[in-house]
Amino acid sequence: MMEKRYFISSYCHIRNNTISLNGAAIYQGQHPDFNSLAKSAYRHFETDYSKFFKMDNLSKLGFLAADILLKKEGVLPENEENIAIVLSNRASSLDTDRKHWESIRNPDNYYPSPAIFVYTLPNICIGEISIRHKLYSENSFFIFDEFNPSHLFSYANGLLDMQKAEKVLCGWVDVDGPGYEAFLYLVNKKGGIVHSIEEITRLF
Amino acid sequence: MSKVYVSHNSIVSSLGYDSPTVVQKIKDRISGLQAVSDPTLLDQTFCASLVDIEKLPETIGNPDKEENYTRLEQMLLVSLAKVIHTSKIKLTDRVGLIISTTKGNIDVLDDDNPFPRERGYLAELSKILKDFFGFKTTPIVLSNACVSGLLAIAVAKRMISQGCFNHVFITSGDLVSKFTLSGFNAFQALSIEPCRPYDKNRSGINIGEVAASALITQDDTALADESVVILGDASCNDANHISGPSRTGEGLYRSTKLALKEAKLQPKDIDFISAHGTATQFNDEMEAIAFNRLKLQNTPLNSLKGYFGHTLGASGLLETIVGMHSLHQNTVFASKGFKEMGVSQPINVIKQTESKIMDTFLKTSSGFGGSNTAVVFKKVAE
Repeated sequence: MMEKRYFISSYCHIRNNTISLNGAAIYQGQHPDFNSLAKSAYRHFETDYSKFFKMDNLSKLGFLAADILLKKEGVLPENEENIAIVLSNRASSLDTDRKHWESIRNPDNYYPSPAIFVYTLPNICIGEISIRHKLYSENSFFIFDEFNPSHLFSYANGLLDMQKAEKVLCGWVDVDGPGYEAFLYLVNKKGGIVHSIEEITRLF
Repeated sequence: MSKVYVSHNSIVSSLGYDSPTVVQKIKDRISGLQAVSDPTLLDQTFCASLVDIEKLPETIGNPDKEENYTRLEQMLLVSLAKVIHTSKIKLTDRVGLIISTTKGNIDVLDDDNPFPRERGYLAELSKILKDFFGFKTTPIVLSNACVSGLLAIAVAKRMISQGCFNHVFITSGDLVSKFTLSGFNAFQALSIEPCRPYDKNRSGINIGEVAASALITQDDTALADESVVILGDASCNDANHISGPSRTGEGLYRSTKLALKEAKLQPKDIDFISAHGTATQFNDEMEAIAFNRLKLQNTPLNSLKGYFGHTLGASGLLETIVGMHSLHQNTVFASKGFKEMGVSQPINVIKQTESKIMDTFLKTSSGFGGSNTAVVFKKVAE
């Protein structure tokens, strides 16, 4: 079987108070924490999605990056495109896990909340993106000690080769205490950058 | 494309520490669920299936070293050791490891837990397993809510088909923990009685803990007797709600349809369904709707939650392993806890454990985040 070639048609970063699209900064702030950056970026990009404010930081981070990228790519919910979502990170949902733990650690101050507990799974972030963009597609959340371009590369290729998806939204979305970092890219059948481990590593 | 199989397997659970023992108990309709009163876990009595860690078979070799491993790690080590040992596969750079779990060592968040907080990172857990057995490749942790165990099989198959590996070991496990119990209790989803999937008088879920492991391979020369071929798999999101299943069963409907298409089978070709059946009103109703849309309403179906409770990230793999043994023994297992139809659409819930010649089964899982996975398996021709 001859290997098919795929491309990266767009990519988006959110880190160090900066949001960039295809390598160019499109939003910069001076925010003390991610939550404040998220709020301000939400307004800046006229996101208009009230559920955003109920999300935990991991979902907000993934949601914002996906929203910017898919808007740029002209993906519309009414088209129900077959775009798989394959995300990865280091801290899983530990940032929110700690919040849930705080609410149950002390029997005299016990206040577990379903609204927090539901976010103690990393793939909820994928669910939020799927709901927003009406993506009834393949989704998986992987955890690695560090960014693992070769796994993302072969898994995305597999989904496209086996025709399980038309495009794959891939990347790294990590929130751990004050730290946050998102790098999402869209693997497509056409685009300007060859989909390869080298290119994914370079763009990251 | 060459065939990919699920072969050697192992279950560490409240019903025993290896697959044959556990499957025999299910055949005898014995449940591992029991009432538990343990204020360190929950401030009220709950019903769960727990692994007796003191009775775990020795694997670590040196009992003094046991204290180096967390409760979940000990369960996973015992389960995975069994599969690696039985398969006799050498761990080269062509052998992968997938770990499926939702919460891993989440119990280390507790101040009373002797292990460092860092052990809560899932990559730490994967390093422990890698080093213990000497895997040469980077372990892949899959954390996709309650479909993780079943999706891990699909991921392994895809990676083998893609040429990344010749063999992949999957190990999956989750604990009954204060963390998880408090969350499901906040959702008012926990039943204090043994759960009753699809039953009119069901009152919610039970949480259970297991470690389950299996070998996924394309090598058909040394397969276990109960091995199955993976004919088709798919995973579709509901794109509807993060904690409630879709009312139309959209994701489950789409996943099953695609898995059947890849398997080149019609609904009538499926001999039984090992369904998710958590015993919540929303889940069970959603499944009944999806199976009717799929014309699978007459296919015999069970949920194994009445034996183990909901074992979260391990449930899909655990239930696939039991399904393999069910096929091999040509015996359908009763859906424990079911008496009277409690969903609005007809489904054929298995009431009696009985002999039935079978060839194929469908396994489905659904979970938070709108995730759904369906995989079609077929007996290996004798």
